[in-house]
Amino acid sequence: MSLRVYIPQDTTARALGADELVTLFHAEARRRGMELEIIRNGSRGAFWLEPLVEVEGNGGRRAFGPVTIDDVPGLFNANFSQQNSHPLALGPADEIPWLKQQQRLTFERAGLGDPLSIEHYRSLGGFAGLDRALRMQPQAIVDAVKESGLRGRGGAAFPTGIKWQTVLDTPGDQKYIVCNADEGDSGTFADRLLMEADPYQLIEGMAIAAVATGATEGFIYLRSEYPLARKILRQAISKAEAENWLGRNIQGSGKEFQLQLRIGAGAYICGEETSLLDSLEGKRGLVRFKPPMPAIKGLMGKPTVMNNVLSLAAVTTVLAKGADFYREFGSGRSRGTLTVQLAGNIKRGGLVELAFGHTLRELLEDYGGGTATGRAMRAVQVGGPLGAYLPEWQWDVPLDYEALAEIKAMLGHGGIVVFDDTVDMAQQARFAMEFCAIESCGKCTPCRIGSVRGVEVIDRIIANDDRAANRHLLDELCETMVDGSLCAMGGLTPYPVRSALQHFSTDFER
Amino acid sequence: MQVSPKSGSRSGLQSDSEPVTNLEQTLDAIVAEHAGQIGALMPILHAVQEKWGFVPETAIPILASRLNLSRAEVHGVVHFYHDFRSEPAGKHVIQVCRAEACQAMGSVALEEHIKNTLGIDYGQTTTDGQFTLQAVYCLGNCACTPTLSINDHIYARVTPKRFELLLQSLLKPVS
Repeated sequence: MSLRVYIPQDTTARALGADELVTLFHAEARRRGMELEIIRNGSRGAFWLEPLVEVEGNGGRRAFGPVTIDDVPGLFNANFSQQNSHPLALGPADEIPWLKQQQRLTFERAGLGDPLSIEHYRSLGGFAGLDRALRMQPQAIVDAVKESGLRGRGGAAFPTGIKWQTVLDTPGDQKYIVCNADEGDSGTFADRLLMEADPYQLIEGMAIAAVATGATEGFIYLRSEYPLARKILRQAISKAEAENWLGRNIQGSGKEFQLQLRIGAGAYICGEETSLLDSLEGKRGLVRFKPPMPAIKGLMGKPTVMNNVLSLAAVTTVLAKGADFYREFGSGRSRGTLTVQLAGNIKRGGLVELAFGHTLRELLEDYGGGTATGRAMRAVQVGGPLGAYLPEWQWDVPLDYEALAEIKAMLGHGGIVVFDDTVDMAQQARFAMEFCAIESCGKCTPCRIGSVRGVEVIDRIIANDDRAANRHLLDELCETMVDGSLCAMGGLTPYPVRSALQHFSTDFER
Repeated sequence: MQVSPKSGSRSGLQSDSEPVTNLEQTLDAIVAEHAGQIGALMPILHAVQEKWGFVPETAIPILASRLNLSRAEVHGVVHFYHDFRSEPAGKHVIQVCRAEACQAMGSVALEEHIKNTLGIDYGQTTTDGQFTLQAVYCLGNCACTPTLSINDHIYARVTPKRFELLLQSLLKPVS
């Protein structure tokens, strides 16, 4: 008999042994004289179940997970393609409540098939947005993005449509589309998952941006820490070129869009948009003064659309299904879906896409299921290394941009890092300053020097060296960094520091 | 395993990279491949490092003259980015994630264990030229931490014990 099995080629799945499973499944099938086809799909983002192996048979695609190398013979013994008796059996993957209860728009296709198959992408609605955009006037495309209410998913939450309008309205002999794929925040992996599982969606979103603004060239600036995404994107771009979804004359429309992949070199600051532009130009990644905004003077001084991976991906849904469909999701001024990434000390970690407005507690408890260590949850950092640490009494905050800003926190790129009660928050505050000192571009003094002094002052507080005076000094230092830094790196580093001081002050008094 | 640190090492090339020969010709070929590109210096430096495992100091004036940049500009770029090395790395490059999602699962203790086991700190190479240790801030595996990578392969939920096993498998002679 013949078997068709899906084993993800995602970074996390591979880090948990997915490649070894492929070898073992082939060996076991050979031993039993069975024909076996393995499809390397992307991940569905349920990382707590990875490696999540799916098999076709008995009325659909059924999942097993997390599968270890020791489970392979047992799965065959349990006739896993026909029966659900194996202890790792999860039933149809679509029916796993953790996945089923999500509201997936951007990640609807993630994990369903071979990420590099254009045929598969098209069969699930891919390129429908670009197809439509190619038949629209640029202004109509920009209007649709504005009406959708989409705001930048990289962290700054600037309205995407307004940015595109500026680029469309700014005259220029050359315009560029730049995708910020420098996903450096700890606790985030949504961009990576999308690029590894559904790369054509990003390419499609960038092509739509090009058609909308009159840009003919684009760059994906990908961080070097994502070698698998690099490999997949490189292949996806070649295939899209070969099938005329990129190039001089996209699908015979007369529209041109050339796309290049560029690799960063390990600098966190290059996720800041102007630093990224300098890096793309072959320079040190120094932050630029704004204005001028990149939409007016961006790459090589030309009008440039600079968007995060998820913003560009979301545009494909807006174009394919309409602005009204997209804005139906969400709450207040935060429209559409939010991609939360549950990370750190969490039992059921992974990617959760939901409309804005669910509470942090729902995510931590209903999806996350508590800590991985089984201990009490104590602190939650939302929004990456520049995000605030939230104590338990703040976990009922709804996840939207405004609600978090109200409690001096930020949603950022949607990363949620959970810590149990063994965490020492004074050390976490110290690390926030240390990270800023390591990764500061060095252009402005509050960030470059302030972060170094911040580590020193926190060390003195921890050592009980003139504690009251040093706490006062730290407070003033934080104020200087917030008010005087050129970009969010120095400007937001005080957020984790101050939240730790405010909500976990006992940790500084040991 | 105990190995003593050797910083400033000039030996111990990465196994898959070549010794530095034909510097000018090779650089010319790499520069030609990227001719006319926006911001060609970054992809050129990546190509140089892929070729030799590091960016030789002697390459800087040559690249500067070919790209019509000052030596200071090229030097500045090489030294701004954590990825570019000015000296050869060991046979295996171990990157340990130091960021928050890994800290939440005990990476600080893992870091100490790794440093003690190898007898080196971040940015150093073991005397036998086997291992280079690097700090990294996020490998995008934040739901299944602690995370480290060895020669670009990423490993999840790494405990000190798991690290020992990985190390042993790397030291096993290839049959």
